[in-house]
Amino acid sequence: MILVLELVLLAVGLVLPLVLDHFWVVLATRIVLICLPALSFDLLWGYSGIMSFGQALFYGTAAYSAALLARDAGFTSIFVIAPACTLIGLVLALIMAWFLLLGRYPPSTIFVALGTLTGAYAADRLARGWYYLGGQNGIPSIPPLTAGPFTIAEGPIYYYLALAVLVVVYALCRVLVRSQFGLVLAGIRQQEERISFLGYRVQHFKAIVFTLAGGICGLSGALAAFHDGFVWPNLLGVLLSTQIVLYVLFGGVGTLVGAVIGVASIEYVSFLLADNFQTFWPILLGLLLLFVVLFRRSGLVGLVVTERERFGRFGRTPVRADVGRGHGSA
Amino acid sequence: MALLEVSGVSKRFGELRALAGVDLRVETGQIHGLIGPNGSGKSTLMKCIAGALIPDAGAIRFADRDLTRAAPSERARAGLSIKFQITSVLPSLSVYDNVLLALQSRDSLVSLLRSTTRRARHESVTAALERFPLRGRADQLAGALSHGEQQWLEIAMALATDPTLLLLDEPTAGMSLEERRLTGELLAPIKARCAILIVEHDLDFIRDVSDVLTVLDQGSVLDTGSVEAIQASPKVQEVYLTRV
Repeated sequence: MILVLELVLLAVGLVLPLVLDHFWVVLATRIVLICLPALSFDLLWGYSGIMSFGQALFYGTAAYSAALLARDAGFTSIFVIAPACTLIGLVLALIMAWFLLLGRYPPSTIFVALGTLTGAYAADRLARGWYYLGGQNGIPSIPPLTAGPFTIAEGPIYYYLALAVLVVVYALCRVLVRSQFGLVLAGIRQQEERISFLGYRVQHFKAIVFTLAGGICGLSGALAAFHDGFVWPNLLGVLLSTQIVLYVLFGGVGTLVGAVIGVASIEYVSFLLADNFQTFWPILLGLLLLFVVLFRRSGLVGLVVTERERFGRFGRTPVRADVGRGHGSA
Repeated sequence: MALLEVSGVSKRFGELRALAGVDLRVETGQIHGLIGPNGSGKSTLMKCIAGALIPDAGAIRFADRDLTRAAPSERARAGLSIKFQITSVLPSLSVYDNVLLALQSRDSLVSLLRSTTRRARHESVTAALERFPLRGRADQLAGALSHGEQQWLEIAMALATDPTLLLLDEPTAGMSLEERRLTGELLAPIKARCAILIVEHDLDFIRDVSDVLTVLDQGSVLDTGSVEAIQASPKVQEVYLTRV
């Protein structure tokens, strides 16, 4: 069923610019780009048991870095911006992981959650107060992204670029969580202590995933900065970090596809509610989120995906037929 | 030089003295039984050896290495493996994947990322599942196994890491008589692969499988010796006749 959902979403994603007008394509591009930090959070919480309230820190830092690279150094090429900002996300996340995850004793979930939250809050305050970064107003008028002689303007081209990045990152995440490495993550999520007694250095695995998640946020932050043409402190802060958490909880933790569904459905519902109930739409949205998070803990995806499928299989499966023969021997 | 040497290990939980200067030696190729009344400190000692608890005083040396304050993962990598009193298999993973997870614990990160060792590990997983009668359940979720089968699965996982010393904390707890008998038969050949330190309340079971017995009482070693010597010990008889 997960594969069906993935293929349906991909098909819908591919045809959207063909049937939507420019306004909706720009909105859809934003939705596609915010799917990336949601995926990164699903890797963290859904697969590795790391609660991060600071994914916006990596997203926003990369967005600001992209803006500065364009404004002060004149770099607008995607071939410079994308690797540079991915690297910035990776390095920043590695530094955070060093402090939060690789201490002498295994950190509690709360410690990591508060540590990441503090990081995002501090970065938000720093950006608001630093003149060089534009203070409250951020950095406006970022020039368009380029690829050689071509300009990647907002609209269908940028949409397909964002979609291509999402598909590649999604596929890599899928390979990761279905690999033997993913099997270790599944073990950590269920019985972290037991896994360490098997000889796994659990915190090292967590640090690797945390760093990769930071890299994903970095890449998406840079693309979002060039797409929107400006960056501002809200890209770094607690509000966006919390939104990312809610996207995944709403869509379904630990499925990857749930992160994408969560982003798309919350953003679309928000838009509809804001259009129809202009004064109290946030309350309606909050109630809807509360309802799903409290009463449908497996999220929207849990309506159609079983627990067994959610955990899935790990690594290559050359031997299932052989194992299957064993059923008769019991 | 003993394989495991516990010297003067003490552990307190607030006012409660769980261990008070415990000494214990486990030799290579030995099944060493650890018995004692409830609350005598058996499980606490096992946890201190495995690294789930850090002793307040004393030293734990294993294979000539000081592991007193080492993390559980480092102890496991040194060759210690444990099956806890409360079964802790991974309930949402298949039985096959539980054993594979244990077997691949020494694989490099790169091979885990590339999933290159699963095929090579298949025979070992199958052998482990056959040794304990679980092969027919390979594709089922571990959480769906009976309590006794979960105990076997956990022993299979502990053995899959190829330990030098296997720590078994009440491996037959909650098992039927038939399952206990079978567990005893399963443990006997393991002795050739590794030493075993085993905590058990079933005195008949532990008498049958152990080479050496140590009796704990109120956090201290009451007596240690061969099964026959312990059975004949007046101190041990007094404890078991008056308190058990």
